Amino acid sequence: MVRNNEVPEVNAGSMADIAFLLLIFFLVTTTIQTDVGLDRKLPPKDTTPPLPVNERNIFRVSLNKNNELWIESDLRKIEDLKSEAIAFLDNGGNPISNENHCSYCQGNASSSASDNPQKAIISFASDREATYGMYVMVQNELTAAYNELRNREAQRLFGRDFVEMERAYFDAKTKAKEKIELKKNIYQIRNMYPMNLSEAKTNMNL
Amino acid sequence: MAKFAKKKDGDLPAVSTASLPDIVFMLLFFFMTVTTMKDSSLLVENTLPNATEIKKLEKKDRVIYIYVGKPTQEYQKVFGTEPKIQLNDKFASVEEVGSYILAERAKKPQELQNVLTTALKVDRDANMGLIADIKQQLREVNALKVNYTTYEGNAFNNLQ
Repeated sequence: MVRNNEVPEVNAGSMADIAFLLLIFFLVTTTIQTDVGLDRKLPPKDTTPPLPVNERNIFRVSLNKNNELWIESDLRKIEDLKSEAIAFLDNGGNPISNENHCSYCQGNASSSASDNPQKAIISFASDREATYGMYVMVQNELTAAYNELRNREAQRLFGRDFVEMERAYFDAKTKAKEKIELKKNIYQIRNMYPMNLSEAKTNMNL
Repeated sequence: MAKFAKKKDGDLPAVSTASLPDIVFMLLFFFMTVTTMKDSSLLVENTLPNATEIKKLEKKDRVIYIYVGKPTQEYQKVFGTEPKIQLNDKFASVEEVGSYILAERAKKPQELQNVLTTALKVDRDANMGLIADIKQQLREVNALKVNYTTYEGNAFNNLQ
């Protein structure tokens, strides 16, 4: 019997293909991590003395030291916050005869909630002992309320979501001409539901 | 016919490995581009809260980071378990935040100095008093754009 004592060399010709395959796999699956978060703008250092605001135009949200959420003067669950905020913002309490009447609001024009979204202010106070996780959750729910209303109006006027419009605007791939148009539309929607979120102390006038 | 009779039995030609360096280089470049350099090691626990209504924090050169959380295990003996602020590689007090922001701002190119964002990477168990103090400091130095950095996820998980 003829015996070949030499160990045959392994064919490594396909190594490159395997490496390429791995390379492409990693290229496709990895997403380069970017930080995400909630954007806010702090008020400037010296603020002008606050104007008196009608009590019905203020929506008071507060966190106490036990991480409990208070809406106006009731202890509430965090799950209710978004719908309560929407009901407040979208109320449109001014009658049609008034020049500040909100023509696009779909709320039930209650006399205890906001006159119109431009005037509506959400005041959010948190105790020093409250945790940051809870704070972010409240901020998130309030943002969600604004986004839902803005999305609704953007859908009605431009046929696309406000959040999606903003994303397209900040996307580097969007063309400059398109951006001008988007910017105009975004400002229009933002004006309809401006985000008046105050964390300053508001005094209640009784 | 002798021309064709040279075939040796079962002997494969040696594979050229000349392209191997190229492959390795390619992998190397891939990892070089994908990995982001970690510029400061964390001294504090940093479990960020979850949120859904998030926006991307793009353009890393325009961001100043502030970390807040309780010191990690190895530092707890020295610094205790109360949440602390970390600026760059060391713990800092609230009063130092303002000067830190000014120093970081001065390092950036002129045209970016007005568009900087301060990313607050805060542990979900930190308390709001400290954050309120930091925000007050930021207002003092007119660094008004802040980003509460979060993870993407259901916000209701923050309760645990």
